[in-house]
Order: sequence, then structure tokens, then C-alpha cells
Amino acid sequence: MKIRLLYFASLADRAGRAEEIRDTVATNPRDLYAEVAREHAFAFTATRLRVAVNDALVGWDHALADGDEVVFLPPVSGG
Amino acid sequence: MKRFALSEAPIDAASEKARLEHPAAGGCVTFEGWVRNHSAARAVTRLDYQAYGSLAESEGAAILDEACTRFELRAARCVHRVGTLAIGEMAVWVGASADHRDAAFAACRWIIDEVKRRVPIWKNEHYADGESGWLHPDDTPVDIPPPG
Repeated sequence: MKIRLLYFASLADRAGRAEEIRDTVATNPRDLYAEVAREHAFAFTATRLRVAVNDALVGWDHALADGDEVVFLPPVSGG
Repeated sequence: MKRFALSEAPIDAASEKARLEHPAAGGCVTFEGWVRNHSAARAVTRLDYQAYGSLAESEGAAILDEACTRFELRAARCVHRVGTLAIGEMAVWVGASADHRDAAFAACRWIIDEVKRRVPIWKNEHYADGESGWLHPDDTPVDIPPPG
């Protein structure tokens, strides 16, 4: 299925892009992060991240659907 | 007007504060976060704030809703800048009004702490030596991209 990923902050720098559309066999964010972390050499382990699907925070075992938009959120630093 | 907002323009603190007014309120507490010229002993020349806008707005609104449940408030608002900010600019504004001061002080403190902890906004510090780095708490810059 096709998943749209958005990247922010250091993840966007490391991936060299702010978004990508990926054809993946991953069925949940946990497996999807392992896939993109390997490809883009992300330094974060998933334990330091949160994940959002279609603009809502979800758990790492959330079932992904074709066309979902996924964001892995590194630790935030607003304020 | 949303109670939590991201803003590309400078924050108008006076007009934000005016929206806290309520005939039953006995006072308000506001907090302004400013861009400072140093971080972890390095000289900082400017900051870039990047937000995951849709989730930042819903998470910010949820924090203000929670604040109104936790504390006896008449109003609570927050504005956070995005984009490039110079030293001294206001990066974030929080305000809470209440019948009594204890609730206003406690809520203002709680809101800024939760915004910093939860809202998907990231700070990229630009240093005087030309380097830059995204802050991902434990507050150290990480993942400066490899050359090339």
C-alpha cells in the first residue's frame, strides 16, 4: 500500500526531504519506522518518537491503511 | 479566533491579553517566551521554529481545554511563532485569567510546560560560528546532517 510520510526537524534534514510517498509492506507505524530509519539512517530509536496518522497521535501498533499520512515526531522543542 | 494559534507574524500581546478579559475575573497571568542570545554556552544569532501545523493546533487546543478543566479559569490562550525569529523576539505567549490569582498563576505555568512537552514544534538554533542544530530534548542539538 502507498503511505505518505511527512518529515520535520532533524528527520527532514537527515532524509533530505520534507515528504515522500512510499509503497510499503509495513502494516503498522512500528514496522514502517524500522523501514524508513534503515533507509535514511535516522538516529532515533522509536522509543524517543511519537507517531501521528492522519493528523492524530496513535500507538505504534495502529493498523495502517492505503493512502494514510504518517508523521514520526522527534522530541519537541517549542517554547 | 482560535484560543491556540500558530503565527508567522509577530505576536500582538496586548490584543491577546484583551481577549482574557471577563467581568468575573480578578486578574490574569501572562508569560512571554523570548529568543535569547545563548544556549548551552554557545552564542545564538537566530532561531527557526518549524511546526507540524495541523497536529500542533489540535494538541495546543487540547492543552487549553485541559487547563480549563484542571483550573478555575475564565479564559486561557496561547500563541506560538513559527518561522525565523531574531534575538529578543517573542516566541510564545500564554495567558490565563481567573477569579483568583492562584488558579491564574498555576494554569499559566502548567500551559507553557505542557506546550513545551507536547506540541509538535521544533527549534533550530543558528550559532554565531555558522553551525546550526535542531533541538530535541534532552535539549542538545542532534543530527546535524552529514556533509554532502
